[in-house]
Amino acid sequence: MKPVVIQDMTIRFGGTTVLNDVSLSVASGECFGLVGESGSGKSTILRCASMLYKGWTGDVLIGGQSVRSMDPMERCRVLQMVFQDPYGSLHPRHSVRTVLAEPLRIHGIGEQEARMRQALIDVGLPVEFLDRYPHQLSGGQRQRVAIARALILEPDVLFLDEPTSALDVSVQAEILNLLQRLRDEKGFTYLMVSHDLAVIDHMCDRFAVMKTGDIVEVLPRDAILDGTAKAPYAQELIGASLTYEQAAM
Amino acid sequence: MDQSQSLSSQTGRTRPQWMQASLNIVTYLARKPTSAFGLVVLALLILVALTAPILAPHSPYAQDLQNTLQPPSMGHLFGTDELGRDIFSRLVYGARITLTIIFLVTIVVGPIGLFVGTVAGYFGGRVDMILMRITDIFLSFPSLILSLAFVAALGPSLNNAIIAISLTAWPPIARLARAETMTFRSADYIAAARLQGASPARIIWRSIVPMCLPSVLIRLTLNMATVILTAAGLGFLGLGAQPPMPEWGAMIATGRRYMIDSWWLVTFPGLAILCVSLAFNLLGDGLRDALDPKQMNRR
Repeated sequence: MKPVVIQDMTIRFGGTTVLNDVSLSVASGECFGLVGESGSGKSTILRCASMLYKGWTGDVLIGGQSVRSMDPMERCRVLQMVFQDPYGSLHPRHSVRTVLAEPLRIHGIGEQEARMRQALIDVGLPVEFLDRYPHQLSGGQRQRVAIARALILEPDVLFLDEPTSALDVSVQAEILNLLQRLRDEKGFTYLMVSHDLAVIDHMCDRFAVMKTGDIVEVLPRDAILDGTAKAPYAQELIGASLTYEQAAM
Repeated sequence: MDQSQSLSSQTGRTRPQWMQASLNIVTYLARKPTSAFGLVVLALLILVALTAPILAPHSPYAQDLQNTLQPPSMGHLFGTDELGRDIFSRLVYGARITLTIIFLVTIVVGPIGLFVGTVAGYFGGRVDMILMRITDIFLSFPSLILSLAFVAALGPSLNNAIIAISLTAWPPIARLARAETMTFRSADYIAAARLQGASPARIIWRSIVPMCLPSVLIRLTLNMATVILTAAGLGFLGLGAQPPMPEWGAMIATGRRYMIDSWWLVTFPGLAILCVSLAFNLLGDGLRDALDPKQMNRR
């Protein structure tokens, strides 16, 4: 259980500023959502904070420690990420066993077999799946494997990059419930990107609305339904999403 | 007990899957007539090379000056050359030399090309630029001319010919591996591996190389035809295998002088080179279809 604080994160790709002095803080054990249209920089925040992108300024503190000064190996054991597309985030030629054993091998952790089994049980997959390959799994099962991979190093903070947007609606609910159960059991801090306000409503305690690299407003979950958003863009986004959902019904 | 159970289930499942995959590829190749031809010729070549002492009726070096330039007959299936040596036996022993060349060149070229290509593609930036400019330098010479220059500098021998061919054959592989690597580099599974703390070497070896391997393998197989031809060309020019070694290209070179009266001196080694290089080309084409990602889904 560690809090995450992002301070003045700025990144430019070429001439365009993708993130402009973004600051936010997530309490330990909280689920914090990031919403916004495509290209507003939601996923970029996660990729910068996990040091997948290097050329950014500002700082990210996890449990009071800067990710920059953290030892890379230690950082892996504090912070893990679940990616958007389970079809692209699992190596097509690695069996589930290889996928789960790699991080254990890299970090020299013993009792591999028991840990791999436990990780699969945690995400609700049968232990026999260890010898399957990604193409033998469905999308939801793949995402469960990806979550198991993130869990196996026992991190404190999980970054979720639209973990359900590539999945069917029914499977989405399963994965979201799984993520919620894991948070209750292990007390993860979640930082979750989504463009689906229903998902945010289901999962998050608070969320930030983003537009072109800026945080427009940070809102509690209730603001989705009671319309307490003050910023016009946030109102617009929530309104559009609500009318869309009514139309869908 | 749990441990042993899982171990047995691991070996019990992953092994057959590997064997199943290669079996599928072989059956796929055997089903199409062109690649089946390649497969058969390659199998024959290996068999002939292995059983050369049994197959060959004479020693490839035994001269019989009373029986020079004999046309094909029952005693000498493919006739004899200008020193009375049995051409069939020389061809059979020549298969060994050809296979050695292919094997050594492939073993040298594959890893070098794969290494240079994946490192350049994964790191990008300055590393990529330096490695690719070196590759460009090698690519900018016609390969036969470059091999000629190397052999001329090192001295003519079979080993030097192999080194020279290897030096000219790796750049296309490196290019291919680099292009492949660049398409995978930004994939999420690479990002996931980085988040798990994998070192660049580990990512290249465990994640990128397995993805590049099929196309590199295809390219290597297609390359083998060129390797055989270059080796034969060097032999023909007297810069490869030295007499009296029964190398096919060198046999054509010496037979050339008697070509008008004794056609069998150049025809049979020529046919052997043609068959084997054609076989490798067809096999490579077949492999490309067999290793296609869409086909991989079948296994």
